Amino acid sequence: MSATRKLKVATTSLAGCFGCHMSFLDIDERLFTLLEHIEFDRSPLTDIKHCSEDCDIGIIEGGLCNAENVHVLREFRKNCKTLIAIGACAINGGLPAQRNHLPLTTILEEVYHTSPGLANGMIPNDPELPLPLNQVHPIHEVVKIDYFIPGCPPSGDAIWKVLTDLIAGREPELGHGLMHYD
Amino acid sequence: MSHTFTLDGRTIPFAEGQTIMQAASAAGVFIPHLCYHPEFKPHGSCKLCTVKVNGRQTASCTMRAAPGMNVESDTEEINGERRALTQMLFVEGNHFCPSCEKSGNCQLQATAYHLGMMSPHYDHFFPNRAVDASHPEVLLDFNRCILCSLCVRASRDVDGKNVFGLSGRGIATRLIVNAKSGQLADTDFTLADKAAQVCPVGVILRKRRGFAVPIGERSYDKAPISAGAETTEGR
Repeated sequence: MSATRKLKVATTSLAGCFGCHMSFLDIDERLFTLLEHIEFDRSPLTDIKHCSEDCDIGIIEGGLCNAENVHVLREFRKNCKTLIAIGACAINGGLPAQRNHLPLTTILEEVYHTSPGLANGMIPNDPELPLPLNQVHPIHEVVKIDYFIPGCPPSGDAIWKVLTDLIAGREPELGHGLMHYD
Repeated sequence: MSHTFTLDGRTIPFAEGQTIMQAASAAGVFIPHLCYHPEFKPHGSCKLCTVKVNGRQTASCTMRAAPGMNVESDTEEINGERRALTQMLFVEGNHFCPSCEKSGNCQLQATAYHLGMMSPHYDHFFPNRAVDASHPEVLLDFNRCILCSLCVRASRDVDGKNVFGLSGRGIATRLIVNAKSGQLADTDFTLADKAAQVCPVGVILRKRRGFAVPIGERSYDKAPISAGAETTEGR
């Protein structure tokens, strides 16, 4: 591992559940070793709101369910040399994409108008709210993704393996046991 | 009976009439496959078992072995094509492994692991396919069907019931149930049928016993598909 300059790592969760971020924290005390080689840029862990222009690695959890997700993804692609899709939702849309066979109008109607127990429900239309996309999309359908870590979530060990491979300049590889889609 | 051919540099013996796949399996060499099943007549449709015989591509489940053949299987080129085929199967259906009862015992998933499929690569179709929960014992989730036709062959050739069929052509091909209503409940299908046992993915599922085996103890958690692990759990 190179000690010359710390790699800048940015992370975000789009249409995800933060489970992949929790799994990232599951590398436990290896975080200290990792921090000898990387520093966090934009991330829920730092609360930095935008990527620096010279990020080395961007880690994206979650797919694209609304317009803001797409803006954030494009910011990451623009500013990160290497982009990693982490988890089932980033890779194939995951759980949120299971709405894809239903028309968006039907979903909004059911959630805000016709569900039992709703009185005078209205579909939120505040201009600050990002507009939902018609379908949830995996992130590789919008920008180029360099590496993928499948899993729901991937284990801390799988995340550790990919990051340490990248830091050491190796092609990341997950063998049997680390590679899983669930 | 001293016929042999060469598979990735290994000498493989075979008996008259055996296919490349049968001879390779007997010799303990794994060739990825989805629509092939040793108990059934080959269908030759998934093309995962494609190999190069004397430089030309062919399906190893249908190609008879012949003396002196030079067969290439485990090469970067062929595995790359197998991976692309697998990725197409994933994007054509709705394969959400985390919420699938077959996960960990699924041959499609295990084959994708074997081929190092890190992403689906292509754009997803997200097709709209209804499930059939009409039968008291069995759920049909067509979202996961890869059209291997194993249930069709099992029901027709072993059970003698013809419960399933492939209908349509090309990209419109789909699995259908042979009843006027199209519902499984209106057939004589039972859990004891061979057709209930052969689905390599999570289409034909026994009701009320999903996720019976914990993660870590399912067939392909324990050993990769190339090790010949049998999928009997969770069916």
